[in-house]
Amino acid sequence: MKLRQIKEFVIEKLIFLSGIASILFVVLIFVFLLKEGIAFFREVPAKDFIGGKYWYPISDPERFGILPLILGSLLVTFGAILVSVPVSIACAFYISEVAPVKLKDILKTGIEMLAAIPSVVLGFIGMTTLVPWVKKIFHLPTGLTALSGSIMLGLMAMPTIISISEDAINAVPKSYKEGALALGATRWQAMYRVVIHAALPGIIAASMLGIGRVIGETMAVMMITGNAAVIPQTFLQPVRTLTATIAAEMGETVHGSNHYYSLFAIGIILFVLTFIINITADMFLHRNKK
Amino acid sequence: MVENKGKSQKEKGKSQVKIEVKELNIWFGKVLALKSLNLEIQSNEILGVIGPASSGKTSFLRQLNRLNELEAGFRMEGEVLLDERDICRIKPEHLRKNIGMIFALPQVLPISIYDNVVYGVRMHDGKSKSELDAIVEDSLKASFLWDEVKDRLKEFATKLSGGQQQRLCISRTLAVRPEVILFDEPCSGLDPISTAKVEESMLRLKEQYTIVLVTNNTKQAARVADRTAFFLMGELIEIDKTHKIFTAPQDKRTEDYIQGRFG
Repeated sequence: MKLRQIKEFVIEKLIFLSGIASILFVVLIFVFLLKEGIAFFREVPAKDFIGGKYWYPISDPERFGILPLILGSLLVTFGAILVSVPVSIACAFYISEVAPVKLKDILKTGIEMLAAIPSVVLGFIGMTTLVPWVKKIFHLPTGLTALSGSIMLGLMAMPTIISISEDAINAVPKSYKEGALALGATRWQAMYRVVIHAALPGIIAASMLGIGRVIGETMAVMMITGNAAVIPQTFLQPVRTLTATIAAEMGETVHGSNHYYSLFAIGIILFVLTFIINITADMFLHRNKK
Repeated sequence: MVENKGKSQKEKGKSQVKIEVKELNIWFGKVLALKSLNLEIQSNEILGVIGPASSGKTSFLRQLNRLNELEAGFRMEGEVLLDERDICRIKPEHLRKNIGMIFALPQVLPISIYDNVVYGVRMHDGKSKSELDAIVEDSLKASFLWDEVKDRLKEFATKLSGGQQQRLCISRTLAVRPEVILFDEPCSGLDPISTAKVEESMLRLKEQYTIVLVTNNTKQAARVADRTAFFLMGELIEIDKTHKIFTAPQDKRTEDYIQGRFG
């Protein structure tokens, strides 16, 4: 009897610890980032950091303006949304509403495979195929542009958006669709007048999660966007993103220097951005459940 | 529709066949849901369909407006004729406009009462505001809902009670001007008073429409149906005038079911 109670107690606590661990890790990471990054804001005011137009961390005098990096990230992400969201939603509708059962299974497996491709491989493929192509089509001096990054990242976000949107569409009660069809709606009318409305919160959440992945993506973006830290004017010029900056410069900075801390500050900005996106996605998902 | 009415007046005396089912077999995967069904539905009658669970009565109903086609593994043989036309040759959206359906659970949309009623109409063709207003009033009157909601047409339809919602669904179906209305256990979720109101509107509607009523409540069939069909295990056991089915059934199984010995 006693043994059983001890066992019960231990198991209960173990499960509690596993549950709390994920939250603990997030908090610890955030605290670490803050600790390293906050010191930097004493040297450079946040306003100059975020609004500054020049990123010359190792020249003299050093300048830490990350506006070009933020705009680079946003531009590439915006392009990726344009590429991935419409195609993904159409694809999700095709899989759940149009495709025959056998094809449906093949497509779902295929999309999961797409999600499993390491981003460095996608970057590599983009570098050898897409980049020369962009250069040729637009007659540019280099194909390493925001456009190439947007297309590649769009591809990367698609599996997430497709599979979550597809779940949302599947979760729409069958009776909604049948009700519309019974009133004489065509298949297409039932789809865009009823199903898409009911699934919309889920589809938005799926898109937000896909975007979250795009903003945080590093490897592919570093390989194909050209990494020039200037404020971008068009999609057809090289840009540098927040993530690529951290990845490229962390290895060569002096430990404890302003440059070193500035990279942590960039990490904080990035963390806040993805946090906002995930919270928004979560809000839409929960509204869906109600 | 005008032509049809002229025809029915010419042929007065013999009742007109609205729907004719010939040697209908339906499979879902390997399961035979309906076995060589033959029956006729007359214009302006209420045909009640009764039978225990998985007797094929819902499969039969959903075949009439071709909703069965949405199921995976559906296969059919035989013919269903609407006014002597094979329904498989009619575009599904046209067929379903002519053969409306009321479901067991009312599916009102989270929009206003008015918009709910004209939802189907707007899908089919552009109508002016005054035409729509007239359709809304006519349809709501036909389902006896008008007096209860005429002052709050702009309110959310989801605020209505269950019985009102079901009558709203009837109005919505009437608004697209069908000729046949299929009821799939329309009162299974309603209280007795709401049920009585829905039944009352059915009796009134049969003056203009042909009605097929699938119900688990045998007493409901006895109350409203002109003729009643009894289904069992995918087979039509018996079809006859309702009072005959309930007082002097030909088949032992019909008698057993009606008296509640199985099902």
